[in-house]
Amino acid sequence: MSVQAAADKTPAPDKRRGGSERGSGELKEERRRGRMGYWLILPGFLFLLLFFVLPVFSLLATSLYAKPPGADIGQFVPALEFNNYVRMLGSYWPELLRSFGFALIATAAALAIGYPMAYLIAVRLRHHALLRGILLVLIIAPFFTSFILRTQAWKQILADEGPVVSVLRTFALLPDDGRLTATAFAVVCGLTYNFLPFMALPIYANLERLDIRLIEAGNDLYASGFTTFRTVTLPLSMPGVIAGTLLTFIPAAGDYINAALLGNNRDTTMIGQVVDSRFFRVVDYPGASALSFVLMLAILALVFIYVRRFGTKELL
Amino acid sequence: MPKRLPEDPRLRGLIAAQMSRRNVLMGAGGLTLAGLLAACGTGGTGTSTNTGSAGGLAPAEDLSDQEKVVNWANWTLYLDYDDSTQKYPSLEAFSKQSGIQAKYSEDIDGNDTYFGKIQGQLAAGQDIGQDIITLTDWMAARLIRLGYTQELDHANIPNAANLLETLKNVDFDPGRKNSLTWQSGYAGIAWNKEAVPGGLKTVGDLWKPELKGRVEVLDEMRDTMGLLMMENGVDISGSWGANEYDAALEVLQKQISSGQIRQVKGNSYKEDLISGDALAVICWSGDITQLNFEEGDKWEFAIPEAGGTLWSDNLMVPIGSPHKKNAEALMDYYYDPVNAATAAAYVNFICPVEGAKEAMEKIDPELVDNPLIFPTEEDLARVSVFRSLDADEETDFSDRFQQTIGN
Repeated sequence: MSVQAAADKTPAPDKRRGGSERGSGELKEERRRGRMGYWLILPGFLFLLLFFVLPVFSLLATSLYAKPPGADIGQFVPALEFNNYVRMLGSYWPELLRSFGFALIATAAALAIGYPMAYLIAVRLRHHALLRGILLVLIIAPFFTSFILRTQAWKQILADEGPVVSVLRTFALLPDDGRLTATAFAVVCGLTYNFLPFMALPIYANLERLDIRLIEAGNDLYASGFTTFRTVTLPLSMPGVIAGTLLTFIPAAGDYINAALLGNNRDTTMIGQVVDSRFFRVVDYPGASALSFVLMLAILALVFIYVRRFGTKELL
Repeated sequence: MPKRLPEDPRLRGLIAAQMSRRNVLMGAGGLTLAGLLAACGTGGTGTSTNTGSAGGLAPAEDLSDQEKVVNWANWTLYLDYDDSTQKYPSLEAFSKQSGIQAKYSEDIDGNDTYFGKIQGQLAAGQDIGQDIITLTDWMAARLIRLGYTQELDHANIPNAANLLETLKNVDFDPGRKNSLTWQSGYAGIAWNKEAVPGGLKTVGDLWKPELKGRVEVLDEMRDTMGLLMMENGVDISGSWGANEYDAALEVLQKQISSGQIRQVKGNSYKEDLISGDALAVICWSGDITQLNFEEGDKWEFAIPEAGGTLWSDNLMVPIGSPHKKNAEALMDYYYDPVNAATAAAYVNFICPVEGAKEAMEKIDPELVDNPLIFPTEEDLARVSVFRSLDADEETDFSDRFQQTIGN
């Protein structure tokens, strides 16, 4: 490494952005760094190739398999049976829409709960290290127990003979034969609860870096608290919000544990349950694969539109 | 006769022709995408090898004499277990007696999920790492039909003669060539004694208005549909067809839509009985015994007036297992009445071995008169086995059952 290059290695950040001042040494250095970057992503790339790209192709292939006449259960032959998609979408579009609906509501609810939480910890309590630590641990603590156990616990808490239902009944907020479990409401609550940390943590990580002087500047310029929030804090925290909503929405749309444990068999079935039942119960591997593929594409499309519309350059 | 796909020469020819046409196209590079997809996908279901191959699957070479081991996959809580030593006493005794190292694993938590797990390997004739698998009648029927199991040599299992007469000739495996019963049980109805003081007598009683939203039924098609069909007067072992099935499915649909049935569940219905969300259920007999033992005597089980279902789990040797003779030695061991009674005293399900009742006198006299282990003639007369379905029926029925329960 030349002395010149070493000296160039740590230019002031602002200087680098002013493109006109670039010397040729700096350009070379940048290219070298670029190549270095490729080497660094190689392990991740190989990992994804092996555990994501290949399975996706396998999934796509299976989704086009056909059942030969007279074949027994689980026997399919490679084909290009696009009708699998027509068949699955024709039967299960309501479950698909419902999954996105539930995921959307859960994401909105998680944002409404998670943002203030993150804001409190990251901004308001910035100088109370101990309190901040405790609250952060409280957010992360649920991860220490299994997802299924926590959902199971919800079932007990919201049970017909449980404390919540009886209190609600006492105050006539719930009819005497009303219930909380085995309802769409319970499913959305379960989703919101289970994915809340995925919402709160990215927003926290973002707000933690927020320069409080910017808020002070807003006040100095006679902006109300709300205006400062709307024009300063919120736009600056958008990358955190985008990351949080994606981390919540994507797994929520494909989730089936919450719907299976907290839902019923009428109006809460989510697409993950259908995939599970097609794959294991009906042994319709092509159908299950086709549905999984549609789900993946639909999520990809929704995420793309969303990030295009609201996203920042840091994400795309 | 079990229907085995590769035995039909016309079909075999058809599939083989399809396969080779595709391969030619692929070779010419005409369908690059299809080729790539097919290459990736063969591992996906692992079925094309089987359907395309000329003959059935060949059993693995038996290495029992060189390798003195047997691997047994079973359900949880299904063999006598000693908490203090964390060992299975009867199995330990088998190893000591035979010199065969027995490795027991509680790998099976559902017929469907286990099938999904092992099917790819079985279809390719590979060793799944288990020499005995334990699956319910209908899944055993499927595996035997598909040629995924090895034929047993009854000369190595003399004790198999102790199998109860009623279980010797099941329609999915006449003469028990490929399977032997492990344990059996009933599906029937149960209710919370405090909340339903009058008790229930028929499946129809589950639809009483006061139980609205507090009833749960099993997601095991044959048990729930079996009870519903019997309620409609159908003999489920007999030659019923789609009409009878549809009529029962309509009842299920109606009770789900109206909200009478709260949820359709697998094993987890037990938690809802405990929490009180479910007051009456279609359920398995052994579970209620166990719940009453753990949670206080709160529930009562009954075989409905119209009849209940009788199911069995069956021991089978998978096609790729290299230890068939060892597996047969183990089966023989558990068909000895004393050993059968030892296991039955722990698992509390119906013991399929003749003579175990007499042997139980010495092991635990209290259990000799337990009708859930040694059923009375009366009870046996009131339960039926769901008849075997052919492949198309099975797919169609389970498809529509799943759709009815919202999946």
